[in-house]
Amino acid sequence: MSEIADKVKKIVVEHLGVDEAKVTPEASFIDDLGADSLDTVELVMAFEEAFGVEIPEDAAEKITTVKDAIDYIEKQKAE
Amino acid sequence: MFDLTGKAALVTGASGGIGAEIARALHAQGAVVALSGTRREALDALAAELGERVHVLPADLSQADEPAKLIADAEAAMGKVDVLVNNAGLTKDGLVLRMSDADWEKVINVDLAAPFRLSRAALKFMLRRKAGRVINIGSIVGTTGNPGQANYCSAKAGLIGLTKSLAQEVASRGITVNLVAPGFIETPMTDVLNEAQRADLSGKIPLGRLGVPKDIAAAVVYLASEEAGWVTGATLHVNGGMAMA
Repeated sequence: MSEIADKVKKIVVEHLGVDEAKVTPEASFIDDLGADSLDTVELVMAFEEAFGVEIPEDAAEKITTVKDAIDYIEKQKAE
Repeated sequence: MFDLTGKAALVTGASGGIGAEIARALHAQGAVVALSGTRREALDALAAELGERVHVLPADLSQADEPAKLIADAEAAMGKVDVLVNNAGLTKDGLVLRMSDADWEKVINVDLAAPFRLSRAALKFMLRRKAGRVINIGSIVGTTGNPGQANYCSAKAGLIGLTKSLAQEVASRGITVNLVAPGFIETPMTDVLNEAQRADLSGKIPLGRLGVPKDIAAAVVYLASEEAGWVTGATLHVNGGMAMA
């Protein structure tokens, strides 16, 4: 797993207080990890801070799973 | 009751009569206070009066980037902002038929957009701490309307909508958002009224007198306190009974 993926996973575990094993790439923040809409906003802000990227609102709306977050950040970092 | 020891409060418009009294009252309950406003001298004078546990953070909230900067400054100065009091406001009165776009926008910008921007910036930090109080200062005219103040009334009515929406968005994190709506308060503006005008105005107020800044400050202290933890999205009218909304 990439460094970015590890870091994303860590942020999700910390923020949502969920078991690390549950944070699979396919896990949906809301459906599988018990997040509410405010949690997803907070997660996006945490990603922005941790990775020094800006995630505009229309992109943030599409980030619903752990993999979505990892892919988006990896793409931003590659550019 | 209403002990604010260890709490940090930011008051905008603290150089004005009501804002200064709000700052004094929060400070008297033990809070650390940050005083913001456009007039540095008035803020410094108030800070000197309060002595300890006070910071002066001048800001011009008509500039779109200043609210976020002010919150960052307040967080840096006090280590946190537990209580945000959006008190700053201005008026540019005139009948609608003669009101310019500029006067409309100026008032909406400072009286409604600035509280929105300040709340947005402060809530990022409050969410992390899972605690906080946002207290907006509205006005009786936000509920009743007032000829010659369409811009001001619209902004103050808008603040009620902002308060209720925001209250619902952040309630799950233990953060409350409320509004205090003052009626007619004794200020330098009302000092110019003559006795007959004063009597006429008081006659419209069931409790028989104009309000004083302390009346408003007490309401803010209540909403800032732990004891008000089950109150959110509320508009607290403090107006001597003039409008019972």
